[in-house]
Amino acid sequence: MRIVRRRVLPGLPLALGVTLVYVGIIVVLPLSALVFKAASLGPEDYWRIVSSERAFASYRVTVLCALAATVFNLVFGLALAWVLVRYRFPGRRLVDALVDLPFALPTAVAGIALTTLFAANGWFGAPLALLGIKVAYTPLGIIVAMSFTSIPFIVRTVQPVLEELDPALEEAGQTLGAGDLSIFVRVILPLLSPALLAGVSLSFARSLGEFGAIIFIAGNQPFETEITALLAFIRLEEYDYPASAAIASVMLLTAFVMLAVTNLMQARALRYTVRG
Amino acid sequence: MAHPGAHHTKGRPPRVGDHPVFRRVLLAVVLFFVLLLIVAPLVVIAVEAFSRGVGYFAKTIGEPDTRHAILLTVLTALVAVPVNTAFGVAAAWAITKFDFTGKRLLTVIIELPFSVSPIVAGVAYLFVYGLQGLFGPALQSAEIKILFALPGIVLASMFVTAPFVARELIPLMQAQGRDLEEAATSLGASGWRTFFSVTLPNIKWALLYGVVLCNSRVMGEFGAVSVVSGNIRGQTNTLPLHIELLYHDYNATGAFAAASILALLAIVTLVAKVLLERQGAGRARRPATLAGLDAVPPETRP
Repeated sequence: MRIVRRRVLPGLPLALGVTLVYVGIIVVLPLSALVFKAASLGPEDYWRIVSSERAFASYRVTVLCALAATVFNLVFGLALAWVLVRYRFPGRRLVDALVDLPFALPTAVAGIALTTLFAANGWFGAPLALLGIKVAYTPLGIIVAMSFTSIPFIVRTVQPVLEELDPALEEAGQTLGAGDLSIFVRVILPLLSPALLAGVSLSFARSLGEFGAIIFIAGNQPFETEITALLAFIRLEEYDYPASAAIASVMLLTAFVMLAVTNLMQARALRYTVRG
Repeated sequence: MAHPGAHHTKGRPPRVGDHPVFRRVLLAVVLFFVLLLIVAPLVVIAVEAFSRGVGYFAKTIGEPDTRHAILLTVLTALVAVPVNTAFGVAAAWAITKFDFTGKRLLTVIIELPFSVSPIVAGVAYLFVYGLQGLFGPALQSAEIKILFALPGIVLASMFVTAPFVARELIPLMQAQGRDLEEAATSLGASGWRTFFSVTLPNIKWALLYGVVLCNSRVMGEFGAVSVVSGNIRGQTNTLPLHIELLYHDYNATGAFAAASILALLAIVTLVAKVLLERQGAGRARRPATLAGLDAVPPETRP
């Protein structure tokens, strides 16, 4: 049954008015303009642009690199969250604070720093070059940049769940004679998996849209190391506005799909957190 | 914050992953990657910035173009952050203190900029204010310059940071409920009085937290701003764009000198974040503490 309560608080017209006007001008208007522009192309031209060979190559590079970066972050992020929550070591609080650095550091700054580190004469690039591994100006560089910018997502979604994990569940496993690995795989991982999935989808979505950190380290060769965001940017610089609109609209559509997925994952994570 | 490790007592068997060898190996591997991926970029910025000595660093920072870029960045933040803060407070007040249809949709739209690539945002703004855009021709005949000028940079910055303040306030104000405000107004306090004397003291740390993160993002935004700014040296270059320009001019030392300012800002932001989290800010949106708040989707994005 619905409980009807009298509204006593003032300020709804003002607060809602400000909110709607701001959101309308800042968020809805530009995104609608983009969709409108892309839609005005007509289906044939639109399809020709978004399915061009160069565009397809850029989707492939972006998606594959984002996948690789996300898999790395899944493992590294889980390990990092585990270490921060379960172990006590000197400098733990510092490391905990540093986890957010990739969000605080402007992407352009991260981009030039990572490029310098991984260039053939850089601190990491030089030893890796001896092993025959090139990072800067290859897809590997894109993966490094994507990993860097999205590390905090998985750590920060898993960390609270790990903190709230009931030790009794592990003890039950131990009492029943299970080994550490078995308890981790059968008890802990299933409890963490909603949070992990939520973190993974956030991390992947961010990697798909990342621009600043990547363009410095990527090399930006068409078909090889050109990400979709850069292609949209290049079309703009060539004054090919329809093409830019079309490619950007593909990215926007992908963002909507990823938003739906992440919301679903987060809703699941929340449900499990609350119950578990 | 609960620390399960603290409950560890001698009588209990060691927890999973507590075997001393495993512990040391895992810790070593994780810290190695933290050094490699998170600490090294910070260090390399400082090393490169001062690679030609303090004098050269000071000279680069003092150059008119760099000074102008710093000025433009500060100016952008001075406009975008307060406006965004006012919006965040208004949105949080509307969403948490009232019931109306479409609330869920409004929350999703406010959060949308998180999911949209900055490049898409920049391109989208071009189709509103650019010559190819909705208002472009009208703006040109009225001789109002929005793109490739400060207003465009401010607007694009506002887009990418639109959710920053609202997202900190909504879960917190939701958890606090409406009782205090309702009590205050029924005792005769005006709306503004209620907000400033009752609501604000309860949300001040979370508000400041949102403002700090918003400012950090505005000053560091690259993608969206680079589309709408036109990159005119000494005119529409913000600090991140100026860094790109110096870097591509083969002036790496200059680029890193400029970058070190933003890196310093990042460190200050992190310190402020830690201090504000000690006051309880930033916790409300953690999924573990969101129990029962089903009106707003849990938000874990920093």
